Amino acid sequence: MPRSYISGLFGTSPISPLQQHMAKVQATVEELLPFFQAALAEDWEKAESMQQLIAVRENEADALKRELRLKLPHGLFMPVSRHDLLEVLTMQDRIANKAKDIAGLMLGRKMRFPDTMNAPLLDFVDRCSDAVSQAQTAINELDELVATGFGGNEIDLVESMIDKLDTIESDTDDIQVAVRAILFKIEKDLPPVDVMFMYRVLDWIGDLADLAQRVGSRLELMLAR
Amino acid sequence: MMEFGIIFIVLACVFGLFMAWGVGANDVANAMATSVGSKALTIKQAIIIAAVFEFLGAFLAGGQVTATIRKGMIDAELMAGSPELLVYGMMASLLAAGIWLLIASRAGWPVSTTHSIVGAIVGFAAVGLGIEAVHWAKVGAIVMSWVISPVTSGAIAFLLFLSVQKLIFNTDDPLANARRYVPVYIFLVGFIVTLVTMLKGLKHVGLELNMFQSYLVAISVGIVIMLIGIYFIRRLKFDPNADREYHFTNVEKVFGILMMVTACAMAFAHGSNDVANAVGPLAAVVSIVQNNGEVTQRSLMAPWILLLGGIGIVAGLMMYGHKVIATVGQGITELTPSRGFAATLAAATTVVVASGTGLPISTTHTLVGAVLGVGMARGIAAVNMGVVRAIFMSWIVTLPAGAILAILFFFTLKGIFGG
Repeated sequence: MPRSYISGLFGTSPISPLQQHMAKVQATVEELLPFFQAALAEDWEKAESMQQLIAVRENEADALKRELRLKLPHGLFMPVSRHDLLEVLTMQDRIANKAKDIAGLMLGRKMRFPDTMNAPLLDFVDRCSDAVSQAQTAINELDELVATGFGGNEIDLVESMIDKLDTIESDTDDIQVAVRAILFKIEKDLPPVDVMFMYRVLDWIGDLADLAQRVGSRLELMLAR
Repeated sequence: MMEFGIIFIVLACVFGLFMAWGVGANDVANAMATSVGSKALTIKQAIIIAAVFEFLGAFLAGGQVTATIRKGMIDAELMAGSPELLVYGMMASLLAAGIWLLIASRAGWPVSTTHSIVGAIVGFAAVGLGIEAVHWAKVGAIVMSWVISPVTSGAIAFLLFLSVQKLIFNTDDPLANARRYVPVYIFLVGFIVTLVTMLKGLKHVGLELNMFQSYLVAISVGIVIMLIGIYFIRRLKFDPNADREYHFTNVEKVFGILMMVTACAMAFAHGSNDVANAVGPLAAVVSIVQNNGEVTQRSLMAPWILLLGGIGIVAGLMMYGHKVIATVGQGITELTPSRGFAATLAAATTVVVASGTGLPISTTHTLVGAVLGVGMARGIAAVNMGVVRAIFMSWIVTLPAGAILAILFFFTLKGIFGG
C-alpha cells in the first residue's frame, strides 16, 4: 500500500466532531417542547414515546462524546487548547443529560401542573431551547474561526452570537421568576411532594439555558488565547 | 585505468535512472500532497502538472545543486591519483540511495532523497577515501541548511497565512477581496520562481541574461500567469447557497485556482532540487570518464544528464507515483486551498532559493515546516506532532543507512573492477 507521510501530519480535526455532538444535543433538547405539550395534555402514551426518543438521542450524543475524547490524544498541535475543547464538550454533554433527566422525572411521576401554569411553562421550555440552539449557532462558527486563524471579523461575529446567547439566558431567568411566582401563589392547595418536584423541574429547565450559556463562555475562553 | 570507461558510464546512467525513478515514485507524491489533499487538483491533473514541471525544474534549474553534489562535498584534488575510486564511490552512492529509497517506501517510512544521497557520499568518501577527503565545512553547511530550511519555510508560511487572513478572510466581503488579491498572489508565485531560475542562469540551455533582463522576464512571466489566472477566476461560478454551511466555500473556490499555480511551482522546485540528487553523482562519473580520469577539470553541466534525470522522475511518477498521489488525496481532509496554498508556496519558495545557492535541502522537510507554520497561525485544526517527530527521526536514521549501504557497494565495485 503506497502512502505518503505528509498526510499523517494532519490529525483528524476535533472541530467537526464537536459540532456534530452539539447538533445532537440540540436535537435532544428540541424534543422537550413536544414532550411537554403531550405531558401537559396528559397524553402519557405520546409523552412516553417522546421520552424514549429523547433518551435515544442522548445516548447517541454520549457515543459521539466518547468517540471525540478518544480522538484527542496528547501531542496534537491545535489552535485551541485541548483542555478548553474537552470542557466545551463536557458542558454540551450536560445539556443533553439534563433534558433526559427532565423528561424521565416528569414521565416517571406522571407529573401534572396546574392549568394556569401551562402556557408560561411551555414558553419557558421554548425559550430555554432557544438558548441551546443559539449556543449551537456559535459552536458552528468554529470551523470558520480556524479558517481565519481566529481573526478579527470572525471573532466579532462569534462575540455577538455569545452576547445574544446571554440575552436569551437572562430572558429565561425572567420567565423562570414569573413561573415560580405563579406556583408560589397556589402551592398551598397542592400536594406538598408534588410541589417539591415541580420546583425541581422548573430548576432543571432553567439549567438548560444556564448550561447553554456556559458553553458560550467556554467558547469565549477558547478564543481568548 | 579507464578501460571500463563506457561500462562505468552505462552503469552510472542505470543507477542514476534508478535513483531518479525512486524520487518520482515516492517523493513526488509528498511534494504534490498538499495540492491534491486540498482538492484543488484531481489526481490526473496532479500527475500531468508533476510530470511537466518536475521535468522543467530539473532541466532548467537543477544544475546548481547537481554541481554541489558532484564536487562540492568531496575534495577532488586528493583524488587526482586514483579517479576510479571517485567513480566507484559515486556509483555506490547512487545505488545505495536508490535501494534505501526503495526499502523505505516499501515499508512506508518517510525518507528524504537528499539525506540519503548526502549520507551515501559522505559515507563512502570518509571510509573509502579518508576523512580528509570530505569537505566537512561544505557538509556542515548542508546539514545546517536542513535545520534552517524548515524554519524559514515555516516563517514564510506563517506570514503568508497571516496576509491571507488580513486581506481576505477577516474583511467584510471575503469573496470580493479574494477575487481582488488572489491574482496578486498568482503573480507572486510566477515572479519568484521565474526570477530565482533566471538569476541562477540558464547557460546550459544557451541563455545568458543580466540582472535587469532577468527581472524583466520574471515580471513578464508573472503577469502572463496572473492574466491566465484572472481569466479562470472570472469563469468560476459562485453559489451563494454553498456558503450557508461553511461561509468560505466560494472564497476557497478562488483559492483553488491559486493552488493550481502553486502546485506547478512546487513541482518545479522539487524537480530542481531532488533530480539533482539523482544526477549529481552521475554527472561526476561522466565528467571523470570523459576527461580521461581528470578529476579537477571544471566542465559545464551536460544538459543530457539533467534530461535523463527528468525522464527518470517522470517514469517513476507514471509507473508507481500515481498510486501514492491517489492515497494522499484521500488522506488529507483538513486542508483547504487557502491553507494549502500558504504551506506549499512557502515550501516551494524556500526550495527554489536554496537550489539557487546550490544547497541540497529536503523538499519534504520544508513542507513539514510550512505546515507547522500555518498551524502556528492557528490555521490548522490539528497537526499530529507524533508524526512530525517520526519524520524527523527517520531523516536522521537515513544518513547512516545511506552511508553504510554506500560503503558496502563501494568496496564491492572496487573488488569487481579493481582499484
